[in-house]
Amino acid sequence: MKYIDEFRDGDLARTVAQAIGRAVRPGRDYRFMEFCGGHTHAISRYGLADLLPEAVRMIHGPGCPVCVLPIGRIDQAIAIARDHGAILCTYADTLRVPASNGLSLLKAKARGADVRMVYSTLDVLAIARAHPGREVVFLAIGFETTTPPTAVAVRQAAAEGLANFTILCNHVLTPAAMHAILAAPAGVALDGFVGPAHVSTVIGSAPYEPFPRDYGKPVVIAGFEPIDVLRAIHLLVQQVNEGRSVVENEFTRAVTREGNARAQAMVDEVFTLRPSFDWRGLGAVPASALMLRPAFARFDAERRFAVPYAPVADHKACECAAILRGEKRPRECRIFGTVCSPETPVGSCMVSSEGACAAHYTYGRFREAA
Amino acid sequence: MKGDRQGGGRADYLRPIDQKAGRIDMAHGAGGRAMAQLIHEVFAAELGNEFLDQGDDGARLPPLAGRLVISTDSHVVSPLFFPGGDIGSLSVHGTVNDVAMMGARPLYLAAGFILEEGFEISVLRRIVASMARAAREAGVPVVTGDTKVVEAGKGDGIFITTTGVGAVIEGADCSGRNARPGDAVLLSGTIGDHGMAILSRRENLSFETDIVSDSAALHGMVASLLALVPSVRALRDATRGGLASTLNEIATQSGVGIHVEEAAIAVQDAVAAACEFLGLDPLHVANEGKLVAIVPAAQAERALEALRAHPLGRRAARIGTVVEDSHRFVQMTTRMGGRRIVDWLTGEQLPRIC
Repeated sequence: MKYIDEFRDGDLARTVAQAIGRAVRPGRDYRFMEFCGGHTHAISRYGLADLLPEAVRMIHGPGCPVCVLPIGRIDQAIAIARDHGAILCTYADTLRVPASNGLSLLKAKARGADVRMVYSTLDVLAIARAHPGREVVFLAIGFETTTPPTAVAVRQAAAEGLANFTILCNHVLTPAAMHAILAAPAGVALDGFVGPAHVSTVIGSAPYEPFPRDYGKPVVIAGFEPIDVLRAIHLLVQQVNEGRSVVENEFTRAVTREGNARAQAMVDEVFTLRPSFDWRGLGAVPASALMLRPAFARFDAERRFAVPYAPVADHKACECAAILRGEKRPRECRIFGTVCSPETPVGSCMVSSEGACAAHYTYGRFREAA
Repeated sequence: MKGDRQGGGRADYLRPIDQKAGRIDMAHGAGGRAMAQLIHEVFAAELGNEFLDQGDDGARLPPLAGRLVISTDSHVVSPLFFPGGDIGSLSVHGTVNDVAMMGARPLYLAAGFILEEGFEISVLRRIVASMARAAREAGVPVVTGDTKVVEAGKGDGIFITTTGVGAVIEGADCSGRNARPGDAVLLSGTIGDHGMAILSRRENLSFETDIVSDSAALHGMVASLLALVPSVRALRDATRGGLASTLNEIATQSGVGIHVEEAAIAVQDAVAAACEFLGLDPLHVANEGKLVAIVPAAQAERALEALRAHPLGRRAARIGTVVEDSHRFVQMTTRMGGRRIVDWLTGEQLPRIC
């Protein structure tokens, strides 16, 4: 595959890995957080840990949309589908996230709720058009990457006057989560971030500039291919060695400083900041998520259905929260791989292939067994 | 399939069944004249052979030599027609392959059809014709069968269950339990073709591609492999769950680990690209015409020769080695040179693929 294979070249990977190995200073550790689940997945799927020197430790960040979604939000979606008879549409990973009472959207579906997996928001509009007599709700989740497609659907629904379409909005903001991690009182020892790939294509690199400036943490934006990740780590090691702290862009083939102005304008037209949003792991984070603007409020499922959000505590033994904050590793959770596995996930990090626990279980658990 | 109960060979139907605009109704499954006519004019017309034509409740077969193998497989694929095949040909290939993977020569098939009220008879005829063609090409006749009709809304057009009977090829002892540390792991060709061909034709997801299902009967290739290398330890067709699940099944059954090399596993460009944009791992995507063979390392080259000499195995390759591992992990060295686990498929990746 052109434009892909070049970034999965084994020889090149080894060359970059050797350069990292030469760059690390004896006696010091480098702790980098890859914010995105996409990076977590790439690191695990390509076995990049085997190529990195011992001194470099990657900490998995909260950038996995289904992982940070609190249980109470899934409960709302289930209630809409089950108690209000709506057709509930969402992206695949969301279906398996454990909710209250041993349910998930997939289990609710097995019990008769009309839950459908979609690949695109436009599929949801098609379903709404095909079922004019039923309520069709899109459980909208994700960071800045998936927000523009939701905005497109809402605008389209408004233009068509699709009265039976609404969204349960859970779109969240990357920079706000990075602030929350760095500002946490307990603090996570971090030397820098591997910055988001797809999110940055939308928002650009400028929104990360406060992190070097205010917290002294370098950010290197990287694509999701293995060579991208290795190059970003190399650039981070160099910044740390030189005592520099800036935003660098490894993913220049897709990311500019300004980002995608049209997508941003469309999102801005449809959405506005929520005063506060509950994140799994990070708790309530002010101005960290989006909601529909008053002009589009008629498409807000939370207004159409009486399904108030109620916070739900995580399973007692589940360490997802600490893992999402970068404080713990998956194997430090005592139910990892025993009670909690991808087939029977207890916490959200075990659900999506981008979740830290699922990635480690699926690709890396041989490391402990050895 | 009781094709012709009456002495002269056909019942007293007044008019032939409407094969252009006709649809299945409840009478076609009720055991009466309508059912007999459907069987006669659609099923027996296409599938007929000396055993089916006996018209009894079952088929009386000649004595068989050697150990028998029996295997059954239900087919619920959606869409019913896809590039490279349809539910009819698939229902023959799937079961022929399951029998062949036991180191056996498939001999006979039985077929059960569940039809949904309202299903078009013209479509049924196409499916049965395709099934007959696949059975003829494989040399494995459908010798008995059954038809049921369910009310509209209680099926999805047509479901087909086929059962295959075969005889173990002399000297063969193939089982997923037989893999031993040191054995070579062979794969007969590219992976992911079937699953992606199906996905490319899904109503809600269709995309432009020339990917064709690899659906094929593998028993000919198995016979030539076993003729050259009778010591093959295990054979398995990498269907649902893809190559990843097949390797994990063998590792689990045999109590061993398996190490494979990513660079040795062939994926067609179009399949790789489609997997890429749908976020799927080709290792988890279904195949309907590819097999994994575990053979003693010393026989690996001979076995590859046998596979490559067959048209369905031209791209056969050694992809890895069986190792000792109490955890029974399947591990892969990536193109990057890193290692990772190749796990079972979790949940469902592609619904209704076979």
